Amino acid sequence: MIELQGVTKTYTMGGQPVRALCQVDLSVAPGEYISVMGPSGSGKSTLLNMLGLLDRPDSGSYRLNGLATETLKEEERARLRGENIGFIFQSFQLINRLTALENIELPMMLAGVNPRERRQTATAVLAQVGLAERAGHRPGQLSGGQLQRVAIARALVMKPRLLLADEPTGNLDQAAGQDVIGVIEQLNREGITLLVVTHDINIGRRAGRRLRMVDGVIVEDIAGDGVAGATGERSASPVADLSSSAQSDAGPNANSGKATGGESGAPH
Amino acid sequence: MRLTDQIHFNWQLFHGHRVRTVLMLVAVAIGVASVIMLTSLGEGARRYIDREFSSLGNRLLIVFPGRKETTGGGPPVYGTAPRDLTLEDALALGRVRDIRQIAPIIAGTALVARDSRDREVITIGTTRGFFEVRQLTVGAGAILPARADFEAMAICVLGAKLKNELFGNRSAVGEWVRIGDRRMRVIGVLGERGESLGLDMRDLVIIPVRTAEQLFNTQGLFRLMLELREGASETETQDHLRAVIRDRHEGEDDITIVSQDSIIAAFNNILTTLTLAIGAIAAISLLVAGILIMNISLISVTQRRQEIGLLKALGASGRQVRTLFLGESLLLVSLGSLLGIAFALLVVSLLATIWPDFPLAPPLWAIPAAVITALLSGLFFSWLPAKRAAALDPVLAMRGVVG
Ligand SMILES: Nc1ncnc2c1ncn2[C@@H]1O[C@H](COP(=O)(O)OP(=O)(O)OP(=O)(O)O)[C@@H](O)[C@H]1O
Ligand SMILES: [Mg+2]
Repeated sequence: MIELQGVTKTYTMGGQPVRALCQVDLSVAPGEYISVMGPSGSGKSTLLNMLGLLDRPDSGSYRLNGLATETLKEEERARLRGENIGFIFQSFQLINRLTALENIELPMMLAGVNPRERRQTATAVLAQVGLAERAGHRPGQLSGGQLQRVAIARALVMKPRLLLADEPTGNLDQAAGQDVIGVIEQLNREGITLLVVTHDINIGRRAGRRLRMVDGVIVEDIAGDGVAGATGERSASPVADLSSSAQSDAGPNANSGKATGGESGAPH
Repeated sequence: MRLTDQIHFNWQLFHGHRVRTVLMLVAVAIGVASVIMLTSLGEGARRYIDREFSSLGNRLLIVFPGRKETTGGGPPVYGTAPRDLTLEDALALGRVRDIRQIAPIIAGTALVARDSRDREVITIGTTRGFFEVRQLTVGAGAILPARADFEAMAICVLGAKLKNELFGNRSAVGEWVRIGDRRMRVIGVLGERGESLGLDMRDLVIIPVRTAEQLFNTQGLFRLMLELREGASETETQDHLRAVIRDRHEGEDDITIVSQDSIIAAFNNILTTLTLAIGAIAAISLLVAGILIMNISLISVTQRRQEIGLLKALGASGRQVRTLFLGESLLLVSLGSLLGIAFALLVVSLLATIWPDFPLAPPLWAIPAAVITALLSGLFFSWLPAKRAAALDPVLAMRGVVG
């Protein structure tokens, strides 16, 4: 489904180049559940934006469902984004003047879907995230957990095959975070491909496949124990996490993301 | 994105920014209203003049002695003194087929006196036809008799105001007055009627044309008014008139013919141009409104960065975002225009009831022109903000702001 090859992205900040991504290779199969972790500034969001066609790589190639995205025009990228990719953001990104239902309808409205069909689908999706009775509420009247569920509903409404979540629980308390993760994991079980950027080890560990980034390089790519989540309480320290990665490095799922990453992280 | 959705989306936006929206609506409305109201004034003047001329009800030709060259080079080399247009010429012209009535005019000013009262007024020497052509009626006495067409008679018709000055409330008909150095008998007093085509009909005296020839010691007519028969061709008649004059003036048609229609057309021209100019000046306020829209839109783009980024993340292309922003200002301008039109029409109809004599009304083109100018100005000035919004990088736009 996703095929990244040698993707590099460099920003300049204050005249100095900052490597946000460096020669990243990554392939993702449909239906995978992947968590992306790593220190702040390591390029997680940049990777996600790249996958979501919000950003263009400086070099390297990105094939989405076999389509070479570098050659696409901005119009086509926008359409592809609207139809195939759902975004969930840390800060929800709901429009305050619109009701929950209207926020959810927004992607369909942009795609030109007719109002009746729009309303039907949006209502169904809102029920799916358990907020059917909040359809007419505006963001100001909802709790953080509810806001993120509305945002999830909005990400789902176009029936995308790829769901990208950038720290979806970052602004939520423990319980609400669990709640939201529960919702998107359910979606993954139903077949959607899921990438979650998180700082929360307990959440990251739940994924079937875990990426760890440092300085724009994927330094770890390991198969986890899956969504079952039974391992949740067992290990909490990053050290334990690293050690477990060492064991599974030889596993069949281990893609190498660090071929040339060795020196590039140096400036940090 | 569907048009109805766009309108709805922007409508919700207006609802959320009421002060800002009202401000821009008022700016556009003022612009549109001022264009419509000011051009209504110009159009009113045009209609007023049009009505004045057509109230004469007949088609007139006015003949002046001498030729006014409207084209061609410098002054004539010799023979500059034009031949007089005489009463005999006038009578000959009166015999042209399609001429129904003639009114030769010799005009000057003379002192009109009775006892110790006197007054210097415009004195018109003419014939019975003048009363018909200018649709004058007498309030007392009679108009000039047919005999006065050919004969110098010591009679006169006074304007109403002149009569009051000389006679007060007493009857003037049958009394004698002195005009210049001649004594004449008052045979009639004109009815009360205001100004007509720039001539104050209440403050003049009318005498037979032959008498005026003697009084002013001239053979030449000041001008000659001709009334056309119903359905007569104006150009053909003009040709006939010129032929008659050529016959009588040794091959020279040294007269100038001005038709009522051409005078109306000339006035129409001038006043329409004037109205256009006024409208263009008023349209400057639409530019001001456009600049206001631009400034507010630029602020709005900055404020809505996050939303724009989000829309892009949700599948909106740059073009869609631009359309959305342009649509916002077009919707705003349309609403503002409607307000402006309503306000202007209200004011115009109010003024029309206050001054029913003045035919105040917006010219046909004013409303569409004002609206189109407003729309173009809105489009032009929101282009930059819309372009900016369209070019926003979604990642940057959404970065690090709390929702
Ligand atoms: N638009 C930009 N301009 C300049 N530098 C940028 C830009 N976007 C990202 N960067 C830099 O690229 C690097 C990677 O940023 P990114 O946002 O991907 O990090 P992250 O792993 O998501 O961090 P966090 O966990 O704090 O969200 C950082 O050093 C950041 O400062
Ligand atoms: Mg980030």
